[in-house]
Amino acid sequence: MIENRLGFYTLLKKEVMRFWSVLGQTVTAPVITTLLYLLVFAQAMQGRAEVYAGVSYTEFLVPGLVMMTIIQNAFANTSSSLIQSKVMGNLVFLLMAPLGAFEWFAAYLLAALVRCAFVAAALLAVTLPFVPLPLHSIGALLAMFVLAGGSLAVFGLIAAIVAQKFDHLAAFTNFFITPLSFLSGVFYSVHALPPFWFKASHLNPFFYMIDGFRFGFFGVADAPIGVSLLWCAGFFIVASAICLWMLVTGYRMRQ
Amino acid sequence: MSSAIEIAGVRKSYGKTLALDGVDFSIRRGEFFGLLGPNGAGKSTLINLIAGLVNIDAGSISVLGKDTVRDWRAARLNIGVVPQELVFDPFFNVSHMLRIQAGYYGCGKESWPWIDHLLEKLELTGKRDAMMRTLSGGMKRRVLIAQALVHKPPVVILDEPTAGVDVELRRTLWSFMRELHAGGTTVVLTTHYLEEAQEMCERIAILDHGKLQALEPTRDLIARHPFRFLSLRLSSGTLPEKLLSLKVSEKSGLVELKLPSATHPIGAVLEALRAAGCAVEDIQTREPTLEDIFVELTHD
Repeated sequence: MIENRLGFYTLLKKEVMRFWSVLGQTVTAPVITTLLYLLVFAQAMQGRAEVYAGVSYTEFLVPGLVMMTIIQNAFANTSSSLIQSKVMGNLVFLLMAPLGAFEWFAAYLLAALVRCAFVAAALLAVTLPFVPLPLHSIGALLAMFVLAGGSLAVFGLIAAIVAQKFDHLAAFTNFFITPLSFLSGVFYSVHALPPFWFKASHLNPFFYMIDGFRFGFFGVADAPIGVSLLWCAGFFIVASAICLWMLVTGYRMRQ
Repeated sequence: MSSAIEIAGVRKSYGKTLALDGVDFSIRRGEFFGLLGPNGAGKSTLINLIAGLVNIDAGSISVLGKDTVRDWRAARLNIGVVPQELVFDPFFNVSHMLRIQAGYYGCGKESWPWIDHLLEKLELTGKRDAMMRTLSGGMKRRVLIAQALVHKPPVVILDEPTAGVDVELRRTLWSFMRELHAGGTTVVLTTHYLEEAQEMCERIAILDHGKLQALEPTRDLIARHPFRFLSLRLSSGTLPEKLLSLKVSEKSGLVELKLPSATHPIGAVLEALRAAGCAVEDIQTREPTLEDIFVELTHD
């Protein structure tokens, strides 16, 4: 699948160097924003009943915030890189290169996961000393990290391919990514919702990403971990199929 | 002689606009080839199709025998394209940019000495650590040329490389291109500076309205033009009526006549002037240039 290995590795390295060269925007800023959420919500909701037995609200909040940050940064990494290249015209260097659709796909995806790993690690490093978390399943944590981060990275590529200008991409962020991530149970358990919103939450793929990630820490969650994994894997597979089709056909890039 | 680029029945539309309408020709291996045409003639579309930047509607293109669709990877390894627009990646410096570009083509550290050579040849050595966004337009153009050459492609396509650049860069570029061409590289050039094409190119194709209008050795193309030009400054008298239809321009008293070689030898013109009582103060002749042929072939 990866025939031009050096080409693939170069694109991956270039994408990592790209976000690394603006570390303040790509890693530091999201970490600070998330810490502010934690500070505000932890203060405001202090004294609230435990969400799960033995899990305080602040403990409940941290994994959700980490996953929300992963979701937003995975989308931002691929989408902003590709739309900038499209708008500035330097996409021609990639379009002319002997790089295949899967090589593009894999390089952008992995670079986004590297950024998400940095952001998640930084967040956990600064929160864990104050809010210690148990570790129930490292496998579940890694699976949810890869599937959720990967899904949003791929969705970011799709959005940037479809978008013709920055405004179009902002619409994806404002009307899809932000609402769905805020309504995904980051700040509350969906069991606390009225029946309609409880059911509606179960149609939101971001809910399963956050819930499954939380399971990795506590061993309990709002939905069974198997269901969360299936939803995330399904999202990833469908998004990847669409994205690869776009890259193979040159949709909106080679037309 | 085998082809460097083979173009067969190529058609391309953008919506309802037909950009290329069944173009067929081939560019020989090792040739310095000019692809000319007015704006909107289809030159850039053809280059984009050769480079794989846009999908082809019908027909086929191969580069050194490799089909740009079926064997796209090998075809792309065979070509280096200098795009017309000054595009760059603002996140990197010149040296990084060239190494990244080489990496896309599967060239690792072994290509770094060649990159250094390119930097030197294009007078970019002093700018190797400069961020792309800080460079002047001319410097960015030099980097684009270097980027197209990092993988030592046997076929180089220059899409209006000297548009808006200074004399020094033109000289540097043409000297380097001559050197590459002498080493066996096929060079395809599009330009609006027709004197450049006339000087550099062995054969020339002229595209207009998406169709091939001419394809000939540069010398033959110019030689087949059955005109010569005569410029006159009269010290007395006015141009006789029978010569007025030959006048193509008049500037500061200098009148230029376009003379069909078969019907209007220069002697006959001078005789007509003498008979009309004109005294000639200054006289010059010139052979047609590529620009004259270009205008002839592409004017509506």
